[in-house]
This record gives sequence, structure tokens and C-alpha cells, in this order.
Amino acid sequence: MQNRRRIDANWRMLLIKYREPMNDSFAGLSPARLLDLLHQMLLIRTFEESAEQLYLQGLVHGTMHLSIGQEGSAVGACAALRPTDYILSTHRGHGHCIAKGARADQMMAEFFGKETGYCRGRGGSMHIADVTTGNLGANGIVAGGVPMAAGVGLSIQMQRQDRVVLVFFGDGATNEGAFHESLNLASIWNLPVIYFCENNQYAMSMAITRASKVDRLSERAVAYGIPGVTVDGNDLLAVYAATESAVARARRGEGPTLIEARTYRWKGHSKSDKQRYRTREEVAEWQERDPIARLARQMMAAGILTEEAFAQVQAQVEGEIAAAIEFARNSPDPDPATILEGVYA
Amino acid sequence: MSRELTYAEAVREAIDLAMARDERVFLFGEDVGVYGGAFGVTDGLYQKYGPERVRDTPISEAIIAGVATGAALTGMRPIAEIQFMDFITLSMEQLVLQAAKLRFMLGGKVEVPFVLRTPAGAGTGAAAQHSESLENWFVHVPGLKVVMPSTPADAKGLLLAAIEDPNPVIFIEHKLLYRTKGAVPEGYYTTSLSQSEVKRSGRDLTIVATSLMVVRALEAATKLAAEGIEVEVVDPRTLKPLDADPIIRSVSKTGRVLIVHEAVKTGGFGGELAAIIAESDAFDYLDAPIRRLAGLDIPVPYNRELERRMVPQVDDIIAAARRLVREAR
Repeated sequence: MQNRRRIDANWRMLLIKYREPMNDSFAGLSPARLLDLLHQMLLIRTFEESAEQLYLQGLVHGTMHLSIGQEGSAVGACAALRPTDYILSTHRGHGHCIAKGARADQMMAEFFGKETGYCRGRGGSMHIADVTTGNLGANGIVAGGVPMAAGVGLSIQMQRQDRVVLVFFGDGATNEGAFHESLNLASIWNLPVIYFCENNQYAMSMAITRASKVDRLSERAVAYGIPGVTVDGNDLLAVYAATESAVARARRGEGPTLIEARTYRWKGHSKSDKQRYRTREEVAEWQERDPIARLARQMMAAGILTEEAFAQVQAQVEGEIAAAIEFARNSPDPDPATILEGVYA
Repeated sequence: MSRELTYAEAVREAIDLAMARDERVFLFGEDVGVYGGAFGVTDGLYQKYGPERVRDTPISEAIIAGVATGAALTGMRPIAEIQFMDFITLSMEQLVLQAAKLRFMLGGKVEVPFVLRTPAGAGTGAAAQHSESLENWFVHVPGLKVVMPSTPADAKGLLLAAIEDPNPVIFIEHKLLYRTKGAVPEGYYTTSLSQSEVKRSGRDLTIVATSLMVVRALEAATKLAAEGIEVEVVDPRTLKPLDADPIIRSVSKTGRVLIVHEAVKTGGFGGELAAIIAESDAFDYLDAPIRRLAGLDIPVPYNRELERRMVPQVDDIIAAARRLVREAR
């Protein structure tokens, strides 16, 4: 692994382009923790960029839904959780999985369809899960995890556990009937659920402005008598602070919260998307609001990150991903003799 | 020791025993609490176990299935009730795309142990949206188990086995069976899932029937015996996974088989049974074509006589059996 000391020209430009306002408190996060969160975001970015390359090379098949540009919401939300807390994730779930603590190598092996993957090659990108770190699974169905979240919340409550469950879903999920049923039930039963909406502006091609007359999706919380808050999803610190407060409320037994994190996916919905529904200018505008560069600039402004340290994190991440790909390539495929396994317990 | 209980009482006793024995077991659904369930099946359980373990839900069938799935996934043993099987159409996504597949999709690393109880069937004058028999939809889904008890003793033993089972089980009760009585052993016992049972032995004809149709087939068999036709009645009890051997053995012995179910014929479980028999060694022993008697391919009608004609009755079974014993291949 090369030990990089110099930063990419692209990153350098992003890092010096704007001056971030001084953030005094960093939402109570220590410099070491912030560096770790920066690392996680870069790991997600690099993982997904590599996965896309591997797909284009024909080494990974099927499809995938990249969350590039949304790392701030995934990492900010999971940073407010404990290892024992649960998450339920979405089809755009690679970031959630890494942020909750999954290993890049077992994830990459799953993308390759290998036996050593998190789902033994049975699930792939869309069903990635790591139950050992509390990730109960990505989901191929929009709002598919949202009803289950109420069940997980009830389970926590009935077992008197000091846990919460955070369910990620997109703006598209808020128009599914199951969303309504779940929020209502969690509300009347005071379940420890954090409903975390990653509003990335599009449900496949359907803009949220065309799909809902409600400007702030968090306003829908009013219908269930619970708090709702909208945050800048590309500001990790804002996401963390909002989630931490929702988690604290849930732990106190006061019930669910609806968080809307406004963000943007830089890539298409999946690998077949020609992106006719949005302009290059719009994408470029959101790319200026890169959540990774933003946290890095905030840390630099406070004097707790140098360009050199950033380059080091980048080098570390690239090493991790290279090792993950190596692990995945060298792993065995599932034995066809085991094809029937896992249907029933 | 056993005593006479109704089918509804047997179901209630099973839930009661499971809840007394295992803290993780809880019951929830629409009107299962103070009301005691739309058919009175859960009567008294709310008073005994309280509102935390016997939970009324809003009329939200998708979330009932979602709660069962999520709670089962994280250490509980939920018993969900869908008030009428027709309403399960509103739960399909969570049952079919989540509960059934989670274990497989996640590489066998999770378990989803819940029971979803639901009353099915026509005969109450409730018409097309409160009378469905949709069991075969679930038989078609790998990952689910489907149980349809026909007697009070089976209802109790199979329900306790379903609650112990580490998989999602669709447990289908029949509204017209709720008031039927039968000997039910006392105390805790389980009846193995996936174990077909010969309910009556006979040499001339095999009837494979499910749920209420088992009761009707047995009544038909008694009448046919007076005519000298000895019918063997086999009850699969668990449709998925099916214990096919007793069925194949019986058909190999009698050489004739009539399959009877209440659900509409097209796409019904009878087609699957017929195919299993045709593909088995029993095929060589068949003296007549495999015959099916099932619900007509119509929505359940309201009018009393039309509703009666839609579903196989004892006389229909007798007539079909008589025809079949005279038939030659």
C-alpha cells in the first residue's frame, strides 16, 4: 500500500474552495471521533466508486444503487447510535451498512456473490445486512423496512432493552401506505423508533416536488403527534445532532421521531438510469455541497485536520478497499449443493 | 386426559398455554383484546395477560404483518391475528417479500418465528370480501409454512407446534369449525407440522381434504359406508411443507383419489396435490383419473343457496365419490 502524503488535486480544490464558518462545538464530537467519521464517509465513497468500476468491468453483476453524495446522512445518523442499536436500511444501503460497523471485505464479497459475503452470496447489494452490528438488512422494497421497524421497536420495548431502532428510507417511501401505518403505530405505542428519511429529491425519476405538496417531509410527523425535524443531510454535524436528540427521546421511552435529511444522489437511481429527469447543472450544484469536503473544511477551519492527515485517511481507505476486493476475488463461490439452504430454519 | 372442547376453545387454550410458558409470546391484532376477537377466539386472554401481551392494533393489516416480522426477527414470538383471511391481501408485502425471504436473503443468519392466525372460509353469509380461502397463495411462497387444522385436537397441537417453530407460519382456521367439538388432550402438547394424518381408513377410495372439507368428507364417508363404499380420508393438516407419503400410500392402496377443498378450483391446492400424486409411484396404481371437487370459480355469493352451491357440500362429495368408484381408467 502506498503511503500517500499528497492530496488529490480534485479534493484539494474542494477543500480550499470555500471557507466554512467556525463550528465551535462540533456537536460534542471529539477530534478523534470526527476523524473516524471522516474516514467512514471516505470509505463509503471509495467502496461505491470501486463497486461501480467492478460492475463496469463485469466482475459484479445485477444492479446497484449508489449513495455517493449521501454519506453525510448515513454516517451522521449511525454516529448517534450504539453498536447494540438496530438499523433497517434501504436499497441504497451500502453507506448505512458501513456506517453501522460492517466490514468492507465481507460486503465486497457479497457484491461478488461469494460464500464469504455477508449474505453468503444470496442477497447481493440490495439485501446487504450485518446482523452482528445491528444492521437487519437493506431492502429491495421501497418502505419495506418501515413496518418492520415498528416490530423491532415493540420487541425492544417489551424486552425492556436499552436499545433503539433507526429505519432509513427515501423520500419515495413516504408515499407508501405502509409508512403511514408504521408511524401511527409507533406513535400510539411510544416505540423507540427513529424514522430517518433520506430525501435525495427523486424517487427513481419522480421528483419529490411532483410527488408531494408538503414542502418539508418532516411536517408529516404532525399527523402522528410526534416531533419532526428537517436537517441539511449533507452536514454531518447537523444530522448527528438531530439524530442524537431523537435517539435520546426514544431511549427515554417518549416514542418515535421523524427526521428528514435533505441530500442528493450524484449517480443515477440504478445502473440503467439515463437521468433524463434532471440537469447536469443541478447535479453539479449538489456536488459543490459534498458532505465529505464539508466536514473536512470544518475540521480544517478549527485546526483539527491538515491536508496531510486527510491524504493519509484517503490512503488508508484505498488500502482497505484494495484488500476487500482482493478478499472478494479470492473467496469461494457458494457450493451449488447448498442451494436449498436457508429457506427454513 | 382429554375432554370435549370446541375448535375455538382449543385455539384459545393453545395461545393461553404458550403465553403462560414463554414470556416472548404475545398476541396482537384487530379487536383481539377487550372485544375478545371478532369470533370470540381470544376471549379472556386480555383479562389474564393484560394490555402489553394482548394488544389491540388499529385497522392496519400491513403493520400487523410488519410488527410480527420485526418482533420475530429480534427475539420475540409474536402471534398475529388477521381478522378475516380476506384482509391478508393488505399484508401481502410484509409476508411474502419480507418475512418469507429474510432468512434466505440474509444467508440463513436470521430467524423469523411468528404465527399469523386467520379465519377463512364461506358459509356465514358474509359474501365475497369476508369469506375467502387463500391458502394456496401462501403455499406458493418458499419460506412460509401453511397449516390448516380440521379438528379441535389438531388445532391445539398444531398451533403450539407453530408457535415453537422458528419460521413464519400462516395458521388458517375455519369459521364454521369454530363451534365444532372434539376430544382435546389436556395440558401442553404439540402435533408435528408436516405430518398428514389418515382420519378414516378405507379400501375403495381416497379422499384428500383440507380444513372444513375433512369434516364433510368424514360425514360423506359414513354415509358411503352404508352403501358398501369404504372411503379413506387423509388430512394433510400442514399444506406446506407437505407430508406427501401418507397420501401416496393411501392412493396406492385404493387406486382412486378425490381431492376436496373449499378454495376455488383454478390454481387451488388440489392441483398441486393431483400433480404430486401423478408424479409419484401411486400413478401406477390408479384405476381412475384423479378427480378434484373444489369451490366454483366465482367470488363467494351472498344468497344462502348460491353460497351453499359455491362450496362442496356433503352430498356433493358423496356424488363425486360414487361416480369415481364406478370410473375406470
